[in-house]
Amino acid sequence: MKLTGAEIFLECLKREGVKTLFALPGGVVLKIFDILHQQKDVNVVLTRHEQGAGHMAEGYAKATGKAGVCLVTSGPGMTNVITALADAYMDSVPLVCFSGQVPTSLIGNDAFQEADNIGLSRPCTKYNFLVKDVNDLAVTIKEAFYVATTGRPGPVLVDIPKDVSMNKADFKYPGSVSIRGYNPTYDGNKWQIKQAAEAIMKARKPILYVGGGVIFSGASEELLELAELTHIPVDMTLMALGAFPGEHPLSMGMLGMHGTYWANMAMHHSDLVIAVGARFDDRVTGKVSEFCPHAKVIHIDIDPTSIRKNVNVDIPIVGDCKSVLRELTQILRATVNGDQKDLRKPWLEQIREWQRSHPLAYEQDPNGAIKPQHLIKRVFELTKDRDPIVATDVGQHQMWSAQYFKLAKPNRWLTSGGLGTMGFGFPAAMGAQAAFPDKLVLCIAGDGSFQMNTQELATAVVSKLPVKVFIVNNRFHGMVRQWQDLFYEGRYASSYLDATPDFIKLAEAYGAVGLRASKVSEVDDVIREAIAVDKPVLVDVPVYQYENCYPMIPAGGCNHEMILTDPPELKKKQPAGSKVAGEDKDTVLTA
Amino acid sequence: MDHIISVIVENKFGVLSRVAGLFSGRGFNIESLSVAPTLDPSMSMMTIVTTGDDRIIEQIVKQLNKLIDVIKVVDLNESEFVERETALIKVHTKPEDRAEALRIADIFRASVIDSTPTTYTIEITGDVNKIEAIINLLQPLGIKELARTGRVAIAREPLRPAAMQPKRVAKE
Ligand SMILES: Cc1cc2nc3c(=O)[nH]c(=O)nc-3n(C[C@H](O)[C@H](O)[C@H](O)COP(=O)(O)OP(=O)(O)OC[C@H]3O[C@@H](n4cnc5c(N)ncnc54)[C@H](O)[C@@H]3O)c2cc1C
Ligand SMILES: Cc1ncc(C[n+]2csc(CCOP(=O)(O)OP(=O)(O)O)c2C)c(N)n1
Ligand SMILES: [Mg+2]
Repeated sequence: MKLTGAEIFLECLKREGVKTLFALPGGVVLKIFDILHQQKDVNVVLTRHEQGAGHMAEGYAKATGKAGVCLVTSGPGMTNVITALADAYMDSVPLVCFSGQVPTSLIGNDAFQEADNIGLSRPCTKYNFLVKDVNDLAVTIKEAFYVATTGRPGPVLVDIPKDVSMNKADFKYPGSVSIRGYNPTYDGNKWQIKQAAEAIMKARKPILYVGGGVIFSGASEELLELAELTHIPVDMTLMALGAFPGEHPLSMGMLGMHGTYWANMAMHHSDLVIAVGARFDDRVTGKVSEFCPHAKVIHIDIDPTSIRKNVNVDIPIVGDCKSVLRELTQILRATVNGDQKDLRKPWLEQIREWQRSHPLAYEQDPNGAIKPQHLIKRVFELTKDRDPIVATDVGQHQMWSAQYFKLAKPNRWLTSGGLGTMGFGFPAAMGAQAAFPDKLVLCIAGDGSFQMNTQELATAVVSKLPVKVFIVNNRFHGMVRQWQDLFYEGRYASSYLDATPDFIKLAEAYGAVGLRASKVSEVDDVIREAIAVDKPVLVDVPVYQYENCYPMIPAGGCNHEMILTDPPELKKKQPAGSKVAGEDKDTVLTA
Repeated sequence: MDHIISVIVENKFGVLSRVAGLFSGRGFNIESLSVAPTLDPSMSMMTIVTTGDDRIIEQIVKQLNKLIDVIKVVDLNESEFVERETALIKVHTKPEDRAEALRIADIFRASVIDSTPTTYTIEITGDVNKIEAIINLLQPLGIKELARTGRVAIAREPLRPAAMQPKRVAKE
């Protein structure tokens, strides 16, 4: 029996086990929406902006480990989803995005709502396809899912012209596909793995530097086993949080620009860096020429281009973290003898010393303004027994969340690292909630970032995605203000956010619940109240406006040279910690 | 040093833009690029001449390999290879220079493939040095137009066991 392209599309989604599709309609995809409207297997979440659809699909993917799927129309639908594609590309998120296209006969004619979807998305997708014939549709969709989810994951675009969705073809879904130019390597070179094991046995100050690859690969157990066997401390990148239990004694928390003092010192002083699924981003290496000056480097990564892109590597291992770590642990288990713990003692003792001397700290005056760190720490502490999924936006609140959320498990942390996309958090949280309707899903948002995708409140209400958003409201583009404090003599160019809406009224206008904590004493209660509600909740928490996020390694600085507190001249200029956001507008404008 | 990389790609829509986009997006240089079908019509071969230090060349090769439409990448500088380029040079000649133009063509074993009372079109094939040398000599006579194919190259078939070959051989 022949099916239309639109029906084939639906059948393919079903075969791929897609349960949720984030979508927004338009002329050239109406046939597809018409088919979706008449079925119940795939839940269609109608978003209010295509960027929202893209980030929701990302949140879905990060929380489930499966491909997130979205559908947009041609022209402006496509250009709107580009930010999400670029975000997914930078953070290696498996995504399949379907875009509508003008009929094949009109392509290239500047037809109504035509855009060169393939050209637009080429630099921000792992691969993209234009389907010119309905007979190719099924195999193309199969290939799209295959490419998005294998090797180093990433977003894939499938561009479907209107006539392709209307024309008919026999439907046959291929069981498997192979692409001759695409053969990811999963098993590491055995000789190299042996070399790595030997280097680990010899090292006195080794450090595991783990990245998002551990999460994509589902290698958390293997990582834990290796770390516990060898007593090697674990530094995590922003993308790896949850890959190793955050409260484990060997967890050093996050490293890098806003990482912990001890995570960065351990990296700088180590004699062996074991990088696992991490890509030596400049937020981590700092000044490359002075990065880990005493260390040999082992680098395990599935993507050969990640290796030796930024730093020199002594033992490169191309492969999947899971299988490589397993093999490495096997070799080590056979060679390690009982005294690893003793052997590691001086190194771990040194690290404890760094932890004692430079803990993460902030001052909370019980009668003063709420400190952003206090809010975030309490959200973590009061929700952790429910094993929540946490999304963040981009800015200071993101970095504090990374410091204070000590997640126990992978796939609980949704954040935009590589592109640093403000507005990511709220829709990403909704995507995760769509995948796990019964789970507690939180979003730690910035007042600036939240306003980049506010419109999705409607989606959250209508599609019953009861995420709990905590707006760390400093009435600033706080991260920008921090840089202006430190590097632009406190000239706050375009970082003050005037006319921020009343978030309680905003939530209520959409039919969501709005709450606020204005005093330190209200923080715990408002958190408890928010997580008890079975609806989307927007919690506005005005916080001290001038708090800066430390430690901080200035861009291009060395990892052991961290700024740890506000410089004295800055302290003098800033209003005292008792100021509440919004009350000191005059100070801001004259600063 | 120039690097010649030969890349076998899928012969389909959009592949050239993926390769070109990779070079421009990552700030790699392209000195020249030539594309033509292979014996298997489903594939094309691109010969890319580029420059960069070892780390950049390593990244270029890896990034090319990562492109899904790329089937095989060979960095020809890893072994011995031969390279050729063809140029078509239209020389504008005054009557008193016509003999000189022919003499130069002759010295380089180039052939004249078109001629008018005021021009000669000369075809020359050779390595880059040869092409540049003839251009330099013809320039004073007046080059009206120049079309170059870009370099193509192919690995030499080893005569000696691989182990005995020098690791890297300069092209000249
Ligand atoms: C405001 C701001 C501040 C930031 N500050 C910091 C900071 O202080 N510290 C920090 O760490 N980051 C920070 N970041 C994030 C930073 O920009 C990078 O996104 C991040 O460091 C990259 O993390 P990663 O190395 O884990 O790589 P990812 O982007 O997660 O890449 C994963 C790597 O693993 C590989 N991989 C994928 N799958 C597998 C597999 N199955 N097996 C093996 N390998 C695999 C990939 O090829 C890739 O190389 C900040 C971002 C923002 C927006
Ligand atoms: C889409 C986008 N535009 C601009 C930036 C640059 N930027 C980085 S952080 C930041 C401020 C974020 O403000 P807010 O969301 O309120 O978070 P805060 O730092 O105050 O916690 C800006 C403008 C960005 N990352 N993303
Ligand atoms: Mg803010």
